[in-house]
Amino acid sequence: MNDPASACTRVARPISWMIALASCTVVGCHPSEPNGATQLNTVANPTRPAPGSAPPPGEGPANISVPDSASPPEDGQWTMPSRDYANTRFSGLDEINTANVGKLQLAFTFATGTLLGQESAVLAVGDTLYFVTPYPNILYAVDLNAPGGGLKWKFDPKADAASQGVACCQPVSRGPVYSNGRIFYNTTDAHTVAVDAATGQLQWKTRVGDFNYGETFTMAPLVVKDKVLVGNSGAEFGARGWLAALNASDGSIAWRAYSTGPDRDVLIDPSEFKPFYPQYRGTDLGVSQFPPDHWKIGGGTVWGWISYDPDLDLIYYGTSNPSPWNHEVRPGDNLWTNGMFARDPDDGHARWFYQISPHDLWDHSAVNENLILDMNWEGKPRKVVVRPDRNGYMYVIDRVNGELLAADPFTYITASKGVDLKTGRLIHNPDKIPSQGKVVREVCPNSPGAKDWTPSSFSKRTGLMYVPHNEMCMDWEIKPVSYIAGTGYLGVNARFYPGPGDHIGELMAWDPVARRKLWSVPERWPVWSGTAVTAGDVVFYGNLEGWFKAVHARTGEVLWQFKTASGIIGQPTTFRGPDGRQYVAILSGIGGWAGAIVSSELDERDPTAAKGFGNMVGELKKQSGIGGMLYVFALPR
Amino acid sequence: MCSRYLASLLLIGCSVLAGCEREQRAFHDQAPAIQSVSPTSFRAGGKSQPVAKDPEADKYERNAFHISEGKRYYEWYNCYSCHAAGGGDIGPPLMDDRWRYGGEIEQIYSSIVEGRPNGMPSFAGRIPDQQVWQIAAYVRAMAGNAAKTAVPARGDEMKNTKPLTQIPHTPVRTERPKTQR
Repeated sequence: MNDPASACTRVARPISWMIALASCTVVGCHPSEPNGATQLNTVANPTRPAPGSAPPPGEGPANISVPDSASPPEDGQWTMPSRDYANTRFSGLDEINTANVGKLQLAFTFATGTLLGQESAVLAVGDTLYFVTPYPNILYAVDLNAPGGGLKWKFDPKADAASQGVACCQPVSRGPVYSNGRIFYNTTDAHTVAVDAATGQLQWKTRVGDFNYGETFTMAPLVVKDKVLVGNSGAEFGARGWLAALNASDGSIAWRAYSTGPDRDVLIDPSEFKPFYPQYRGTDLGVSQFPPDHWKIGGGTVWGWISYDPDLDLIYYGTSNPSPWNHEVRPGDNLWTNGMFARDPDDGHARWFYQISPHDLWDHSAVNENLILDMNWEGKPRKVVVRPDRNGYMYVIDRVNGELLAADPFTYITASKGVDLKTGRLIHNPDKIPSQGKVVREVCPNSPGAKDWTPSSFSKRTGLMYVPHNEMCMDWEIKPVSYIAGTGYLGVNARFYPGPGDHIGELMAWDPVARRKLWSVPERWPVWSGTAVTAGDVVFYGNLEGWFKAVHARTGEVLWQFKTASGIIGQPTTFRGPDGRQYVAILSGIGGWAGAIVSSELDERDPTAAKGFGNMVGELKKQSGIGGMLYVFALPR
Repeated sequence: MCSRYLASLLLIGCSVLAGCEREQRAFHDQAPAIQSVSPTSFRAGGKSQPVAKDPEADKYERNAFHISEGKRYYEWYNCYSCHAAGGGDIGPPLMDDRWRYGGEIEQIYSSIVEGRPNGMPSFAGRIPDQQVWQIAAYVRAMAGNAAKTAVPARGDEMKNTKPLTQIPHTPVRTERPKTQR
């Protein structure tokens, strides 16, 4: 339904043939067209494997795998939002498969009692489902043994209501994590809680950040050994970013690694810190790559996904945009914002760093997931992470030493001219550098980027990544801004609009070995949900209108869909119930940055509402209701 | 012996007296009358008396200078970062006809100064009084509720909303708050 050729002809309609040519290049119709971005990469990597290197059904892919230590065998559960340390979101269950998924039907529903964006993953541990609502951050335990999914217990962390005022894009939660009999999760008012998974009793609660300075929590923690890893949100408020490790036993803070400031705060020890590129070597670069003292309000929050490689014993995560959005306020590379760290989980010490977007111009926060994969790279096995970034490039980075191996565009890009594979630096487009007093137009991708927080998945069977992503552009105007603690720190007017293609969002199948897009499922609106893929070769995701879809993992054919009551921005999960059957769970409930227009009832007559989404998603109010609901599906008995 | 008897008697007497005090109740014939409760002057967390009416308040929303100053301060003090150019973001829209805490200029003034429970910070002591009135007047203008002769016809920023002179008046509350008038 969306072969590259027809996508190309559709794209070729726009008035300007030059735009069409560039778009075609980006969607992969003509990989060798003279687009600056593509060319750079092609030159550095002249030998690309043939397209369609995914193996036939039934076999594992030849040149790519997930290390077993980071992705344990299937046990029918889903205990952390990203499914495993490798962040695959791949389930080994195959009772639901491409042949029978068309018969999938609703098993039960459960109201969340909240109206804003439902981004939480639904965990399945034993006979219980767990998920977290947006503020007031209620943790629900749903009993799978009760007919129709009864309430086992619920836990209210009594989060401070005022903290909602510093949650940039609704006070969402990306979910809880289960470990060793307890559920850990983060609250909007910057606390981490540990709750007994059986009884719902609070074990400990730690105030990790201060929302009076714009710090909130939206991310799901990751438990590595005896540490609960949590990172703050709030770079839209000048919050200084950090990742903290809490001792799982009592919630005390074991270490905290800042993303800005002196080396001792960033936990950089020159004897252990060995970044691949020279621009990251030096003393206190987190101070000197900002104007004096600006690092204290410099952003670089850690609100995305964390991966862990147990063999190397390293964690990987990205840091967000620097503060404020107005880049003229903060000359320099703004280290260590918008990049990724590899750290030792025991003491937090940094091993290497790579900066995705130095001196960020567009809020291209670099917090997206890093999939831990082992690849055959130019004839040699390499341990890598693959990450689709907001700036529109698919990065392949050696996870041992932080060397950039590839950065291939997967969307229409005007904001930059590519990534220099020798220096590792993103090349800004000189025509688009914002300066005060002018409006920069046709900046693509826009601030939420080619792909926002919405997590990808990777199938161990097809060897493909399933990436929810978007093609949007924007007009961008910078203006004076002053820091007022606890209020926004942006200094930008923006308005967003669709990119040159005929659709805004899509679920894309990306072949990490051939480094190209194979197919996509087009969506009218930005795709704001995560994905999951199963051994039944089915990919699940949802759209902002509320359709929950099952897609053939090899062909992209939509095999089944179900209309939920509200737009979907959650993370699908699948599990084996106590009755032995396979279930699929998703939270419906529009919101987040893209859906705030609907559920926060914003006024789209202002194109700058929701930081620019007001200009493009007002129509969604007619297509999605408001309200959070858990939907669980299964095959008929 | 006798003294011990007296001591016990004293002790019992004291206990009885203390018990009486413990059990003492104050009865009221009726609840006190309250003459001026108004649901529209709801104030979060603050004292219960209505906002003091500034004799100058009306002048702000009829004066082009004050409204234009208000627009400037609206950006200066980062109102923009939560409410955008009136369409809202983290905070609710200000250009529509829904007012959680009242849309009269005194109520807007009071929301800015006191803050509101779901995240609106209190700017008490942080913004000079006159500037708060000016911001409140500009907020009134966003919803089409300031004098059309006073609002600016165009802004300097990137924006494609209608000019404030063309925003229709939102006919929500034609009556002024009854208290203190």
